Amino acid sequence: MSTMTKTETETYELRLYVAGQTAKSLAALANLQRICETHLAGQYRIEVIDLLKTPQLAAGDQIFALPTLVRRLPEPIKKIIGDLSNEERVLVGLDLQPLNG
Amino acid sequence: MNKQRSPRATPGLPKSPTGITGLDEITGGGLPAGRPTLVCGSAGCGKTMMAMEFLVRGAVEFGEPGVFMMFEENAAELTANVRSLGFDLDQLVQQKKIAVHHVQIERSEIEETGEYDLEGLFIRLGHAIDSIGAKRVVLDTVEALFAGLPNHAILRAELRRLFRWLKDRGMTAIITGEKGEGNAITRYGLEEYVADCVITLDHRVKEQISTRRLRVLKYRGSAHGTNEYPFLIGERGFSVLPITSLRLDHAAPAERLSTGIARLDQMLGGQGVFRGSSVLVSGAPGTGKSSIGANFADAACRHGERALLFAYEESSAQILRNMRSIGMDLAPWVKKGRLQIYASRPALSGLEQHLVEMHDMVKAFRPAVVVVDPISNLTLERSETEVMPTLMRLIDFLKQEQITSLFTSLTTGGSGTSAPEDSQVGVSSLMDTWLLLRNVEFNGERNRLIYVLKSRGMAHSNQVREFVLSDAGIDLVDVYLGADRVLTGTARVAQAAHERSAAELRREDHERKLRQLAAKRKAIEAQIAALHAEGEAEAAEVKFAIAQESLQETTTQQNSAAMAQLRGGATTANNATKGKR
Repeated sequence: MSTMTKTETETYELRLYVAGQTAKSLAALANLQRICETHLAGQYRIEVIDLLKTPQLAAGDQIFALPTLVRRLPEPIKKIIGDLSNEERVLVGLDLQPLNG
Repeated sequence: MNKQRSPRATPGLPKSPTGITGLDEITGGGLPAGRPTLVCGSAGCGKTMMAMEFLVRGAVEFGEPGVFMMFEENAAELTANVRSLGFDLDQLVQQKKIAVHHVQIERSEIEETGEYDLEGLFIRLGHAIDSIGAKRVVLDTVEALFAGLPNHAILRAELRRLFRWLKDRGMTAIITGEKGEGNAITRYGLEEYVADCVITLDHRVKEQISTRRLRVLKYRGSAHGTNEYPFLIGERGFSVLPITSLRLDHAAPAERLSTGIARLDQMLGGQGVFRGSSVLVSGAPGTGKSSIGANFADAACRHGERALLFAYEESSAQILRNMRSIGMDLAPWVKKGRLQIYASRPALSGLEQHLVEMHDMVKAFRPAVVVVDPISNLTLERSETEVMPTLMRLIDFLKQEQITSLFTSLTTGGSGTSAPEDSQVGVSSLMDTWLLLRNVEFNGERNRLIYVLKSRGMAHSNQVREFVLSDAGIDLVDVYLGADRVLTGTARVAQAAHERSAAELRREDHERKLRQLAAKRKAIEAQIAALHAEGEAEAAEVKFAIAQESLQETTTQQNSAAMAQLRGGATTANNATKGKR
């Protein structure tokens, strides 16, 4: 299984919303980092927002479920909710087409 | 699924007033304080309006700030609704009395993978609550989440947690929900989670007239009105009409109010009706109901009081003109602001809408007398079971306000076949005084009759009076009660004339008889005099005869004595002389 993204130059700006250090939060972050490293090496930036510390930020991205991953760039905005355990779904959500060899 | 049981369900449960007209009355003080209430109904039935009013009134009138969390985009509508209540939403937000949050769920943007929860929602809600110190929360419509999130199992678990969380935070909350298919209360079974209080709203159209209804389906730990109550979303927001007020405790003043018709007052124990009582005037078309109504209003104005006339058949100009034709000029009262005429088409809106309008106008104008002409038009096409409680509500309201009311009602069935009193049985039980007008056709003309069918708490006449409308106004005239019939109109006048001439004749007859008697007496007296005279004459004759005879005898004796002397005989010869004769 080889992978490659569609455009080389695009940077993925990702935001992960969590609430504290729960099992789901930790799982989501770990899953995200793994997927990004696999598919978007060097092309991504992850920002983790803990809503327990900054609850006012939840409204901006219309967050209601946690964890939520928001793809802020490239447009359009995409949201993936859940602990990101299903890699295939995450890739669909991020518009990353896995290249099947 | 086990239901949440609240351990705090005690009889004296604390309540949070909604400030919504009528709703607090039905629920005995408001929604359960610190607990969620489910308000459900189909689209457009007023859920949002009710929730919003609960929140705004809570913030403004009860000092309880509130968070409005909406899941469907209707911010503009929300602002408009709040404005209709006379409040500025932006200002309330600035004053930190209300916080509005829009939770937007864009299904197309969302991908779901793995475990998650709705903690984000909790955090946002919690943050909003903390930012203004909210005591009230509205979630409108939380069901939108079901459309946005495919995993209903998680959602249900989270909603259950959400409602419990709201309870733990002591929030008095309204959660709105769409009505489900068939008999389901809500589409997604929210009632399962919000078990404390469930209110359903309904919007029906019957005979082309829409009616909204509210029902408290469930109110754990509290007594509540279980009926369906009509409600309205009017200019001033939501109002529920608790049709049967739970108590019957209005005051009953002994003060009397003239009906404006002296003879009618006389029929009603001499003084008219009680202040604050209700009067029904029913009758067939053209019997003069409106005139009695207008007269009643006129009388009140004349006493310096205010009257409010609801006309559902004529325009106000028409009323003024028509009443002038019976010598009643209402225009000066209108000018002076003592009389207000409100004319509208009954079909314009539903009965409840009319009642709320009446309610408002009465509250604003504060009249002493209210005339509704006629109520039968309002009740058109409506079954009695629907109409009666609503009218009861109006009458109760007027009584509470000590306003004397007069309702006219058109009787169906007419004067012939069915008794006119039968057609009004339902409404009449609400009325204190019932005047019935009837047409009587006889002798080629139609005349009006009036009688007092009932009048609570006063001696009232059992007599039928003729009701006469002329350019001099209204008058009641005694009818002619003959041996076998009642005469009215010209027949009554003719009969009266006839009686007058008969009396004249009788009087003449008597005089004649007296004269005859006098003459007879005179004749008798004359006779007596004649007899007397006769007697005396006879007596005189007898005396004369006796005198003559004795004279004769003396003469004879003297003669015989003389003869004897002459013949020389004895006096004893007298007998012989006699014998010879």
